[in-house]
Amino acid sequence: MRKAVWIAVVVLFVLHQDFWWWEDKTLVFGFLPIGLAWHALYSLLAAGLWLAAVKYAWPGEVEAFADAGNAADEAPASSSPKEDEA
Amino acid sequence: MTILIVIGIYLGLLIALGVVNKFYFRGTSADYFVASRSIGPFMLLMSVFGTTMTGFALVGSTGEAYRAGIGVYGLMASWSGLVHSLIFFLVGIKLWAYGKRYGYMTQIGFFRDRFESNGLGWILFPILVGLVIPYLLVGVIGAGKTVQGVTAGLFPEAFPLPPITLPTGALKPHPLSGSIPLWLTGLVVCGVVLFYVFIGGVRGAAWANTFQTLVFMFLGMIAVYLISDKLGGPVAASEAVLKAKPERLSREEFGQLHFLSYCFVPLSVGMFPHLFQHWLTAKSAKAFRLTVIAHPIFIMIVWLPCILIGIWATAVPDLHAPGPNAVLGKMVGKLVHSELLSGLITAGVLAAIMSSLDSQFVCIGSMFTNDVVAHHFGKERFSDSQKLWMGRGFVVLIVAATYLISLIDQPQVFKLGVWCFSGFAALTPLVFAALYWRRATRAGAIASVLMMVAVWVVLFYRDMSAVHAPGEEDEKLILGMMPVVFIFAASAVTMVVVSLCTQPPSAATIEKFFPGGKAVGAVPADASPAATS
Repeated sequence: MRKAVWIAVVVLFVLHQDFWWWEDKTLVFGFLPIGLAWHALYSLLAAGLWLAAVKYAWPGEVEAFADAGNAADEAPASSSPKEDEA
Repeated sequence: MTILIVIGIYLGLLIALGVVNKFYFRGTSADYFVASRSIGPFMLLMSVFGTTMTGFALVGSTGEAYRAGIGVYGLMASWSGLVHSLIFFLVGIKLWAYGKRYGYMTQIGFFRDRFESNGLGWILFPILVGLVIPYLLVGVIGAGKTVQGVTAGLFPEAFPLPPITLPTGALKPHPLSGSIPLWLTGLVVCGVVLFYVFIGGVRGAAWANTFQTLVFMFLGMIAVYLISDKLGGPVAASEAVLKAKPERLSREEFGQLHFLSYCFVPLSVGMFPHLFQHWLTAKSAKAFRLTVIAHPIFIMIVWLPCILIGIWATAVPDLHAPGPNAVLGKMVGKLVHSELLSGLITAGVLAAIMSSLDSQFVCIGSMFTNDVVAHHFGKERFSDSQKLWMGRGFVVLIVAATYLISLIDQPQVFKLGVWCFSGFAALTPLVFAALYWRRATRAGAIASVLMMVAVWVVLFYRDMSAVHAPGEEDEKLILGMMPVVFIFAASAVTMVVVSLCTQPPSAATIEKFFPGGKAVGAVPADASPAATS
């Protein structure tokens, strides 16, 4: 399922270039230019895609990694002066 | 005067929110800069979305739709719906995890550690601050132009403007005479934002963003409803455009490659320092889920009305908008004959603008305090209170500089925003390499950043010095594509080539950021019994 999600990302990327409606001035529902209507729908499709990504492709172990160790916000990792190595 | 009262009440509510937030402030720099990593999913969504929606999304998009038609939605809004969430998913969650594990409070802190380089931090600091300044300008100018548009004629004696001389030699009254001047709106807006972020830091910004996001989303929908009603309904409004300016209803003004190459611009969220700061405030990785899913829908809710207002404005006779930046304000002022509603809608626009300014102010202060002061002098050298005041002082300096620039020159909001975003977008090879490529080196990172700066400066100068035909204000394309494509490519290629030719990071650093040889989160949730659900 994870692969399917990422394939869907690529497909949606390609569908963004809707050259078939490029010069079309048709008004959907009487007021929405068809090029604008498609891209509004595209936004909804993107949300659906990300819902699927959250469900099937969520990066695992992130919480466990973040919670491991005892990093305190009062002791950030790079707060002390270091030798300039650049 | 009702308009000003409504705006005053809105600003007063923000100040009150700031005062209330003071009681929640724990007094530590961690609480000030990252809200003690306590922000839940709803407020994270509101803060992140409110931060990414700026004067550019409202004032700029309306003006650009007025000038160039519906293609603007596809250029920015629908690309952003895909790409922003992609970045939150691939970059935001990981940076949050590193931030929580290792205590980072800024991007520079993370990059210094990842690439074992102080020098990279010193190079990045002025670049990031330098790119944030145009972003601040977008907000300050957008606020000024909007208020100017809706208050035209209100104070003819206090703020008169000289008449305009027509080509025939005749004099015409200035359409904005009597409006609140840009310098006054800028001063008030900056002052209010400074107040509540000084008190509450990033939590104050998050609370304000939540309030502001609800305001501008709701009022944006009200605006398009009221304006379309005054135009005889959305069907009549669009039919009028079909008669008067049919080209605005399609994308004849846009080249195909131009449209495609705009996908690089929303990559910029991967390197916005103020967005990075909001990511660090998340209570958990799960808090990102709502943001990832809802972000494209929220963008549509805000952008679609603005694009419609912009194209409908092209068929409104005698609009007399002095420039695209003023279209939204003029449409509200001319068509919505209710000072109360004009005031509310204007407050909505200001909400969108200020919800970005506050995050940017906080992040500038955070960067100065953590990446310059604490890093150079040592964390223990100054107390938390001293560090906070130093950060605030730096913010005032930057805001003052931005305010003064906004008075001297008022570049077109949309164009300025795009160059700013292009700079951040072209830095994303750095963050992707940091998160996903073990072989990325310190030299590769530094070279990549310097190459980005060099190419950006050259192409920015090329665009600014070019003579554009009247009405053609687009960025000077290269081979039909956005300049950001080439800046990004230069940065990415430099990162790869220089990294491969230089010494890899130490084994300790690799293990720190790629435990077990894998990128953090490489194992999918459904493959791990210990995965969060």
